[in-house]
Amino acid sequence: MMMPGGNPNRSGGGSKEQAGGPGFGPGRHGGPMGMMIKGDKARDFRGTMQKLLQALKPYRWSFAVVFLFAAASTVFNILGPKILGKATTKLFEGVMGQIAGTGEGIDFTYIGNILITMTILYLLATLFSYVQGWIMSGVSAQVTYRFRRDIAEKINRMPLGYFDGTNHGEVLSRVTNDVDTVSQTLNQSLSQIITSGVTVVGVLVMMLTISWQMTLASLLVIPLSLVFIRQIVNRSQKYFSEQQEYLGHINGHVEEMYGGHLVMKAFNGEEKSVVKFDGFNTTLYSSAWKSQFLSGLMMPVMSFISNLGYVAVAVLGGWLATRSLITVGDIQAFIQYVRNFTQPIAQLANISNTLQQTAAAAERVFGFLNEAEEVPDPAGALELSDVRGQVDFEAVRFGYNPEKAVIHDFTARANSGQRVAIVGPTGAGKTTIVKLLMRFYDVDSGTIRVDGRDIRSLTRRDLRKLFGMVLQDTWLYNGTIMENIRYGRPDATDAEVYAAAKAAHVDHFVHTLPDGYNMVLNEEASNVSQGQKQLLTIARAVLADPRILILDEATSSVDTRTEVLIQRAMNELMKGRTSFIIAHRLSTIRDADLILVMRDGDIVEQGDHKNLLQAGGFYAELYNSQFEPEAAAAVARAA
Amino acid sequence: MIRLVRYLKPYLSVILLTIVLLFVQANADLALPDYLSRIVNNGIQQGGVENAVPTALRASTMDHLQLFLTPDEQSRVMAAYTLVDASSPDYAETLKTAPGAADESVYVLTNTSEVEIAWLNPVMAKALLAVSGVEQVMADPDKATQMGAAAGFDLSRLPPGADLFTLLGNLPQSQREQLSAQLQGQFAALGESAVQQAAIQAIKAEFTALGMNAASLQTNYILSTGLLMLLVTLVSVASSIAVGYLSARTAAGLSRDLRRAVFQKVEGFSSTEFDRFSTASLITRTTNDITQIQMVVIMMMRMVFYAPIMGVGGIIRAIDKDSSMWWIIAVGVAALLSLIVVVFSVTLPKFKAMQNLIDRLNLVLRENLSGMMVIRAFNMQPFEEQRFDKANQDLTGTTLFINRVMVAMFPTMMFIMNGLSLLIIWIGSQQVAAAQMQVGDMMAFMQYAMQIVFSFLMMSFMFILLPRASVSGGRIAEVLGTEPTIRDAETPRNFPAPFKGAVEFRNVSFRYPGADEDVLHDINFTARPGQTTAFIGSTGSGKSTVVNLIPRFYDVTGGQILIDGVDIRQVTQHELRDKIGYIPQKSTLFSGTIESNLRYADDGATKEALLAAAGTAQVTEFIDSSADGLATEIAQGGANVSGGQKQRLSIARALVKQAPIYIFDDSFSALDFKTDAGLRHALKENTADSAVLIVTQRVSTVMNAEQIVVLDEGQVVGIGTHPELMKTCEPYREIALSQLSMEELS
Repeated sequence: MMMPGGNPNRSGGGSKEQAGGPGFGPGRHGGPMGMMIKGDKARDFRGTMQKLLQALKPYRWSFAVVFLFAAASTVFNILGPKILGKATTKLFEGVMGQIAGTGEGIDFTYIGNILITMTILYLLATLFSYVQGWIMSGVSAQVTYRFRRDIAEKINRMPLGYFDGTNHGEVLSRVTNDVDTVSQTLNQSLSQIITSGVTVVGVLVMMLTISWQMTLASLLVIPLSLVFIRQIVNRSQKYFSEQQEYLGHINGHVEEMYGGHLVMKAFNGEEKSVVKFDGFNTTLYSSAWKSQFLSGLMMPVMSFISNLGYVAVAVLGGWLATRSLITVGDIQAFIQYVRNFTQPIAQLANISNTLQQTAAAAERVFGFLNEAEEVPDPAGALELSDVRGQVDFEAVRFGYNPEKAVIHDFTARANSGQRVAIVGPTGAGKTTIVKLLMRFYDVDSGTIRVDGRDIRSLTRRDLRKLFGMVLQDTWLYNGTIMENIRYGRPDATDAEVYAAAKAAHVDHFVHTLPDGYNMVLNEEASNVSQGQKQLLTIARAVLADPRILILDEATSSVDTRTEVLIQRAMNELMKGRTSFIIAHRLSTIRDADLILVMRDGDIVEQGDHKNLLQAGGFYAELYNSQFEPEAAAAVARAA
Repeated sequence: MIRLVRYLKPYLSVILLTIVLLFVQANADLALPDYLSRIVNNGIQQGGVENAVPTALRASTMDHLQLFLTPDEQSRVMAAYTLVDASSPDYAETLKTAPGAADESVYVLTNTSEVEIAWLNPVMAKALLAVSGVEQVMADPDKATQMGAAAGFDLSRLPPGADLFTLLGNLPQSQREQLSAQLQGQFAALGESAVQQAAIQAIKAEFTALGMNAASLQTNYILSTGLLMLLVTLVSVASSIAVGYLSARTAAGLSRDLRRAVFQKVEGFSSTEFDRFSTASLITRTTNDITQIQMVVIMMMRMVFYAPIMGVGGIIRAIDKDSSMWWIIAVGVAALLSLIVVVFSVTLPKFKAMQNLIDRLNLVLRENLSGMMVIRAFNMQPFEEQRFDKANQDLTGTTLFINRVMVAMFPTMMFIMNGLSLLIIWIGSQQVAAAQMQVGDMMAFMQYAMQIVFSFLMMSFMFILLPRASVSGGRIAEVLGTEPTIRDAETPRNFPAPFKGAVEFRNVSFRYPGADEDVLHDINFTARPGQTTAFIGSTGSGKSTVVNLIPRFYDVTGGQILIDGVDIRQVTQHELRDKIGYIPQKSTLFSGTIESNLRYADDGATKEALLAAAGTAQVTEFIDSSADGLATEIAQGGANVSGGQKQRLSIARALVKQAPIYIFDDSFSALDFKTDAGLRHALKENTADSAVLIVTQRVSTVMNAEQIVVLDEGQVVGIGTHPELMKTCEPYREIALSQLSMEELS
């Protein structure tokens, strides 16, 4: 039975059928294709499970109660059919007596007592089962919460370098899918394992107490069903992966064609696109119906096998009953037991799969939590006061990959209040310097000093306090404009925020927005323009009032008027501060006190505009190429 | 959803067949408890005797029976039986099953049609009961006195040992009938079931007298019923496999048809429709929504159709077993449905809230990842941790609430079911005591009750499933029902040959669909072949919009665009776009190789042509440095090449086309100044005869264009060359000065 919302975070949660329940009639239909998709496997199953158990240790008493209650509830439910069977037997005997005219009729007191006992048992089973579920959901909620929190906090302690090689989607997937898998196992599968296990053993015992012959007859069916299931799973697996593959192809093609719709149209590519789509679609169809059909076979086959058990019990039971070896109530009880046997067996058969999936998910979570962290801040770190803002690079060598240095041997000094322009073609690694300065990465050798102190002797926190950063990637978060500006200095007063906003030319456009400073930026921050975002990040830096500034002035998608404002705001911000500017504008570059010219990740030249132009090196080439030959010549003459 | 029904048409017969098969399956499934009930009632309780029409009778018993039958009945009974004695051909056979035939002639039941037996059953039951009553009387004179008194005769006057049957036989017909009628009245008071049971006891006695083996009779009955059950099981599994097969093919087929229809439709959409739906939404509609429909169709065909058939069938059979107990089922169904309603009305709003909270959690985390540098730069890690913690706690709280309600649902459901069984046994046993039903019937009733409750459960899931599916269906239907706004003319014209490529805007104005204002007002200019026409202006000035009107991504809302004097709406889109080399703002590559991407413009292009275009686009170096050269793989969306390379490849692609008109929609933005300059230089040489239209933000890019169109707020505020505009056009000067210094501009 597909229970919508079994697990809220994922669709199609598994069914949770308990023992002794209503599985009485023939041909009941179970959940579709519950066990069809084989999950991924953990590399170190045992180790991961140990870690998981360790993480669950604080809840061991809860688990004990859960185990106890789940088992008790199952046992009560299992007792049901047998006791009820006695009532039926009594009734039957009474009737036979009536007909034969020998007995004293139906013993309603006896039947009534049984029914009262059963009502109590069922009530207890319900209560125990609920308490068990209540505790378990509490535990799984807490575990989920902790895992998520640990991952989120872990992110802040990890070196930036880790995220260069890791897709954000992967990290997100740790927090959502993987944590959810673990949580779902805790929430559902764990008690399912207990109840299924107890049910199988309990039912077996009950059946044996009724009749070993009938038990044998109905058990013969089980290996049969396992063989069938294995066969079906194996066969459909092939089509499932083919279906998955072609679904992937189709999705890829659709995404590509819709994403590149204009290009497709512009090059008259409709026909080509539809032909390709049809190819995928036809294959998808054939694998889709085959996999659906095969996985759908599970249901009828299971219910056929279950019905075979039913027939076997009815015939054998009837025969035994005529010989008074068992009673009619026994048949009734037995039928209920047989019906309840297949479901837990199927569940138990699936447990290793579930555990493997859980282990794989948990392994990824633990793996992430065990990733290397940033080098810890030195004990007894220095504190800087009255920073002037002199920055020295001394024989700096660095590579994102230790074997491949991108900056080989870089030495330079930025005096207090100076402007340093970093120039170079796209992809030359201009932000590398910035990342080193702020210790997002550590240098491989050499040192970077602020006011003569090695930046590694400071805490990262203190170091970063010195810097203000305005990057091209205008990161703002889903909060109000006010909150986003205040991000620069959380303890700033409202008046200070407004002042910073005015200084950054934010104030006047904020007043044109619907809620002014209280307007919430939407998720993509697309309700303010790119230029306005840039201004907001400047305001944020103004409020932080740092000694040293890092600016990226690329403003390619900003309209000209805003660009003028941005330029002005940046100029004001730079006054009296040491600034590093990733420069695109000629005027900025020319006015810089020091120009660092980068190419292929390395700093190839440094000096001021005039010197560099005269040197006639890469900078000169770069500078001149921006203009058509005639213009460049003119510029060269002017210089 | 309804709008999609026509796509089901090809599968209509298959669906009908499925429903028929589901009927078969439901009937088979419902038959099993009935057979079990028969095993208990007839097999065990009645010793294998199914009804009051015995398969064999001694001739003497038959004679006695006749006494209690009306002439009508007599003839019909005699017709159903055949007398077998030593001279009969069946004698040997009869002797085998009924050794008593050796002593006395035997009547054997020969007409075994169901109709006949159903008619004979009550008649024979009463007669048999009457005969056995008389026999008892004869065996026990005391009883005889009582009975006689009850019947209004004084039997004590009879001589002992006298054969009552002879006596009865001697009575006049009318008196005998009177006696029969009296007995009928008494039997009616007993109830049919009790009469039947008693008659069956009499038959058992008769069989014993005939020397028949009661045990083997019983065993045979059980075995033959078991065989029938096996047969029914096979029918059930066969039909349910067939249903599985048909539903899988139908669902997969329908989704294939829909997917194709949607895809083809969307490929015909213009930008207007893409803006309306958004690309992401169209992707979802073509992929996930259709998969959703596929799943639902399977579920529908296998379960949703099945549930009502099963439910109604179950109700019919259950009421057939005992019509007075229907209310128990009603109570069960009502309890279960109200449980579901309560649970879902409590959790549904929370489910929606939870979806938002999951989004929120993901959002905060995504922001944490994308803003990692900023967060660390401002030392805001604690703040972000708090923000995440808030989202985490909210989500955890809501999830916990939902889980705890859900966790309550299963045990409660179980309790309802179990309680139902208890109730049936309690009420049922009283019915059994009152001889209103038999034990086997009660057992069957219990199973039917469960089946009915389950079918209601399935149906209630349908109400959860269907809304979801109907959302998907609605979204698909919306796409299929949308006609592209840009269509070819009914009778398209052709461009005059030879094609030159002069693009003229004549009083063009344009408004986005649904917008309040025009974004372009009264635009006039002509882009001539062999010249470069550049468009500059701030964001929102409409410069991109202008060039996107030329390949008819949108249609003008006022005025007209002419190419070589022909309104572009009069030629086919295919012919129009054939003339245009378009380089989009956002460069898009398709998965494949560099070569397949370049060839996208022209399948038949020579390798030399590809390399030449690559050279002009300044991408040769990149291709050469890649290990596989032109065969270098391009990942989906060009994810494995940098923005700059992508832009250059996208330019090269357009150049392969050697089109008479080129449109560069801000296509140099990802290039550094050096590459930008080099590229424009090469372009100039290689597109000498083409009309080149360039949209840009960079003054350095446009400085050498033959014609610069300056746009501001959708209007042309200046047309001319760089030196002219520097003198005459203030907006142009403003843009230029913000980018370059005076001396560089001079």
